[in-house]
Amino acid sequence: MPRNEASRVTGEWDDGERRPGRRKAIRYGVPVAVAGVAAATIGLVPAFAGSGDPDLPEISAQDLIAKVAASDVQQLSGTVRTSTDLGLPELPGGMGAGALGSGQDKGGADPKDKLMELASGSHTLRVAADGPDRQRVSVIDKAAEYSLVRDGDKVWGYDSGSNTAFRATGPESDTAKKGDLPKGVGDVTPQELAEHVLDAAGDTTSVTVDGTAKIAGRDAYQLLVKPKQAGSTVGSVRIAVDADNGVPLRFTLTPKSGGAPALEAGFTSVDFAKPAAGTFAFDPPKGAKIIDGDRVSTQRHDDAAGTEAGDLPKGLPGGLPHGLDEARGGDDGGMDVIGHGWTAIAKIEGAGAAPGKAGQAGQDKEGATGQRAGVPAGDAAKFLDSMGEKVTGSFGSGHVFSTRLVNALMTDDGTVYVGAVDRQSLVKAANAEK
Amino acid sequence: MSRAETVEQAPDVRAPRPLWTLGLLRNELGMTFRRRRTLVLLAVLALVPVLVGIAVRVQTGDGGDRGGPAFISLVTNNGLFLVFTSLAATLPVFLPMALGVVAGDAIAGEAGAGTLRYLLVAPAGRTRLLLVKYTGTLVFCLVATLVVAASALVVGALLFGLGEVTLLSGTTVPLAEGLLRALAVAGVVALSLIGVAALGLFVSTLTGSGIAAMAMTVGVVITFQILNTLPQLHAVQPYLFPHYWLSFADLLRDPVYWDDIRRNLGLQAVYALVFGTAAWARFTTRDITA
Repeated sequence: MPRNEASRVTGEWDDGERRPGRRKAIRYGVPVAVAGVAAATIGLVPAFAGSGDPDLPEISAQDLIAKVAASDVQQLSGTVRTSTDLGLPELPGGMGAGALGSGQDKGGADPKDKLMELASGSHTLRVAADGPDRQRVSVIDKAAEYSLVRDGDKVWGYDSGSNTAFRATGPESDTAKKGDLPKGVGDVTPQELAEHVLDAAGDTTSVTVDGTAKIAGRDAYQLLVKPKQAGSTVGSVRIAVDADNGVPLRFTLTPKSGGAPALEAGFTSVDFAKPAAGTFAFDPPKGAKIIDGDRVSTQRHDDAAGTEAGDLPKGLPGGLPHGLDEARGGDDGGMDVIGHGWTAIAKIEGAGAAPGKAGQAGQDKEGATGQRAGVPAGDAAKFLDSMGEKVTGSFGSGHVFSTRLVNALMTDDGTVYVGAVDRQSLVKAANAEK
Repeated sequence: MSRAETVEQAPDVRAPRPLWTLGLLRNELGMTFRRRRTLVLLAVLALVPVLVGIAVRVQTGDGGDRGGPAFISLVTNNGLFLVFTSLAATLPVFLPMALGVVAGDAIAGEAGAGTLRYLLVAPAGRTRLLLVKYTGTLVFCLVATLVVAASALVVGALLFGLGEVTLLSGTTVPLAEGLLRALAVAGVVALSLIGVAALGLFVSTLTGSGIAAMAMTVGVVITFQILNTLPQLHAVQPYLFPHYWLSFADLLRDPVYWDDIRRNLGLQAVYALVFGTAAWARFTTRDITA
C-alpha cells in the first residue's frame, strides 16, 4: 500500500489482506445499497398494496346500488384525499378563495369560497360524522386549516389562515334538503359524489360491477358508471363501494379524452367507530373575526345572475348531473336547463346583457380558472378573445371556454351555456334555443 | 490486523470506551460552541424572530391578507404563534444555511487547518470521529432551533402577550399544552434538519477546503428549495428533503395529523443514512494528508 498512509495513522483498517481499492468499493456500496433499498421500498410497496385485489363473492350492479342506498352508516371518521384536474391552471397557493372575485371582502371562512379552492389541485380532508346532524370536515392546507363543523342547527366555519370564523344559525337554505353539511365542502366526500351520480343514473347510464379493490384497508367492489349519451365529456365514473357496509370509499371520474382522472376523491383511512364527542364542539376562538353567514348568503342571492356563473365551479366537483338537476329545480330567474342526464346544459341568461354584466360573468369564470380576477369591464371583450375560442352559428357568435370536463359557450349577447358536453352539443343547444 | 486489535482494545484496559467517546464529543461541542462564528450564527438566528415580531407589530392592519410566512395572521392574538412563524420563516433558508456552515466545516475545516491528522492520531478510529462530528452537528441543529424558538417566545410574549392557544382546527387549548406543542414543533424542526446535516458532512469529507464545503452545502440546499417550487417537477418533489419541512404545522391540528410528519421524518432518515454512510465510505478510505 504505497499511497495508503492514512491507515497507518489511524490503524483502523490495517488488515492487509484485502486490497484498498476493493475495500473502498465495498464501503461505497453501503450508501448505494441504502439508497437502493429506500427507492425499492418507495416504489414497490404501493405496487404490492395495489395488486392484492380482494376475492369477493359476485354481486350484481342492482344489488350493489341497493347496498349503497341501504347503507345506514351514521358514524365514521377518516381522511379523504381529493384531486381535481379539470384542465384549469393550478391556483397559486396564496391566492385561493380570497382572490376569486366575490369572496374577497368577506374573508376566507365562507364555505363557498373554500370550495373554489377544492376545484383545483389536490387536497387532504378529514371528515367525521355522527348521525345526520353532526358533521365535521377539515381541509388540511399547508400550515393552515379550514374547518366546517355542524352540530345540530349550528354551523361554524373556521379558517386559520385568515383567523376568520363563519357562523350560520340553522342549515343554510340550499343545504337543508338532505341535512348535509353546507353544500359544497360536504359534496367532495366519496359518499356524496357517489350519491349524486347514482341519483342521476337512469336510462342514460350504464352501470356495471367491475372488479374489486382494496381501499383504506377495506375490501371494496368497483362500480363502473358510463354515460350512454354521445355528447357527454364524461368517459366513466368508477365508484369503490365497501363490501361490508356499502359505503362508497372512492370516486373516480375520468373524462372521455382520457388521461388522469378529472376528479378523484377517496378515503386514505377510514374508521366506522363513533367519533370523539369533542369533535363536533366549536367555540369561536378569541380574536377571530366572525362573519355572520346568514346575512352573507342573503346578500349573495341578491347578486343575481352574474354570481350564478361564479357558483358554477361549486357544481363541478359536486357531481355534474346533480349540480345541473338541482339548478333545474332552482328558482333563480336567469337559469334554465336544456336536455337531461349527462348532457344537460345550463343556460344562464345574461340579464340585460350589458357588457359589464357579461364581463362580470366572464370574470367570475375566469377567476375560477385562476387566470386573473378583477378585470375592468371595458377590457372584457379583449379578455374574452384571449381566453376563449370564437365560434359562430345560427345563434350568432360567441366564445367557447374549454376545460377537460366542462365546456362553456358565452354568446356575444351575454347568454352562457355550460355543461359537461362537447362543444358541438353546446352550439347545437344554442342554435335550438334561438 | 494485530495492530488494529491492540489499538482497539487498549482503551478497554485504561478507561471505559463510552466515556472516551463522550470526552471526544465534549471536546467537539466545546470547540464548536466556543467559536465566535457559531455564536454569531446563533445571534443572527435569534434576531429573526425580533425582526418578524417588530414587523408584525408595526404593521397593525388586521390579518386578512394571506401573504408572508405561515401563521403570521395569528401572531397578533397570541405571541406563541411567533414561535411557529419564526420557525417557518427560518427553516427554509437560515437554519439550513447555518447548519451548512457548521456541518460543511466539520471535517473540511479541520483538514484545511491541518488539524485533522492530529485528531486521527488519537486512538478513536475514523468511524467514531465521524460519528462524533455528526453528533456535534445534530446538537447544533437542536440548539439553533431552540435559540430561534426561545427568542421568538420571549419577543412574542413581550410584544403580543401569551394566552390560551387556538389550534389550526379552531380548538382552544390551555397555554401549557400550547407550550408543549411548541416544544414538539421545535423538536420536529430540528429533526427535519438531520438530512441536511448528513449531506453537509458528506460534502465536508470530499474536500480539504472548509469554504468550498460550506458553499456547496448551502448551494445544494438552495437548489433543492428551488426545485421544490417548480410545478413541472411535481413527480420528483416528494423525494426532495425540503418537501415536507412545513409539516411541523400539523402538530398544531386537533387531532394531530401525523401522515406528513411521518413522511418528513422518514425522508430525513433516508437522507441521513445515505449521506451518512457515503461520508463514512469516503472518510474511512481517504488519504489524510493535511
